Amino acid sequence: MAIGREHELHKRRMGRNMGVGLALAGFVAIVFGLTVVKVKVIDVPSAYEQNTGLGAATSGASE
Amino acid sequence: MSDTSINMQAGSDPVEAGFGDYFALLKPRVMSLVVFTAFVGLLVAPVSVHPMVGFASILFIAIGGGASGALNMWWDADIDRVMKRTQSRPIPSGKVTEGDAFAIGITLSAMSVVMLALASNIVAGALLAFTIFFYVVIYTMWLKRWTPQNIVIGGAAGAFPPMIGWAVATGGVSIESVLMFAITFMWTPPHFWALALFMKGDYSKAGVPMLTVTHGRKVTRTHILVYTLLLAPVALGAGFTSIGGPIYMATAIVLNLLFIKGAYGIWRRDETAAEADQYRVEKAFFKLSLLYLFLHFGALLVEGALKPFGLGGW
Repeated sequence: MAIGREHELHKRRMGRNMGVGLALAGFVAIVFGLTVVKVKVIDVPSAYEQNTGLGAATSGASE
Repeated sequence: MSDTSINMQAGSDPVEAGFGDYFALLKPRVMSLVVFTAFVGLLVAPVSVHPMVGFASILFIAIGGGASGALNMWWDADIDRVMKRTQSRPIPSGKVTEGDAFAIGITLSAMSVVMLALASNIVAGALLAFTIFFYVVIYTMWLKRWTPQNIVIGGAAGAFPPMIGWAVATGGVSIESVLMFAITFMWTPPHFWALALFMKGDYSKAGVPMLTVTHGRKVTRTHILVYTLLLAPVALGAGFTSIGGPIYMATAIVLNLLFIKGAYGIWRRDETAAEADQYRVEKAFFKLSLLYLFLHFGALLVEGALKPFGLGGW
């Protein structure tokens, strides 16, 4: 009978687990949102060209 | 009756902590100041950032600040048990163990620094890492129990957030962000010493060498006046930079006059007079100090928010 009964302790544990769960879900959402923004805002092809020097090589070749 | 309840009655087990108890480890009130000043630093910067990046950055700065608070509570658990003001914190009240506080503090510190660097830039991440190091190692572990100037140097940790906010946007440090740092840095000593004057039993009981304990209350009163006088040109100086403007300047002039008047009031009276009216002047000065910082940064925020509309600034 004691096992089935809801104790204040169980409520605390439930609250804690919910809190941790929501915090983790929030963290995932933020990382996802950041990723979307970074990919959209940063012009990936030109950044790639700058980092690899491909852009300069291409323009040099065309001159 | 279950085993758990037997243990709890016997007092051998700590009360199981709820999520709120772990959150309290992060010092939410300090965190709100960190969020506000970092937000101002970010908003007044001349470079705009994407709202998502700005939001995430402020959040990670807040988590970093909270993590250093948890590490502070872990290290200071022994003196927190002694001081009346801190006895209800999660560790002294037996809700969270010292080991848990350390684990949470160190994990969130690392996570917030890495995530801030990824979300914004390396400079902002490095500044946050330095802030946590400064607060936990330099202030909490070293200076707090060693020198009566603990508050002066330790105040730097609380002054970094606007600088980090500025770095999130600009990727660097400039005179404006240094002045925002300096306002909070110079404001901290008079703010805490006023508190120490009317919370007199606490610090001496815990053996923390506050200026009131080591050099006496008259010297502390003089220090409050000196630091308040030194703070005024710093606060007014910020008004002449690109983040200032007429609204900030008017706010700063009024607040600094009031602050100097309050500090002068503290300096000119003695303990007998203070005890007679239960530290009325000191308590009023402490309340004013909270308003002082909030309104200075609030005025900077207004100046920054008006700029896109062609208003604000000089």
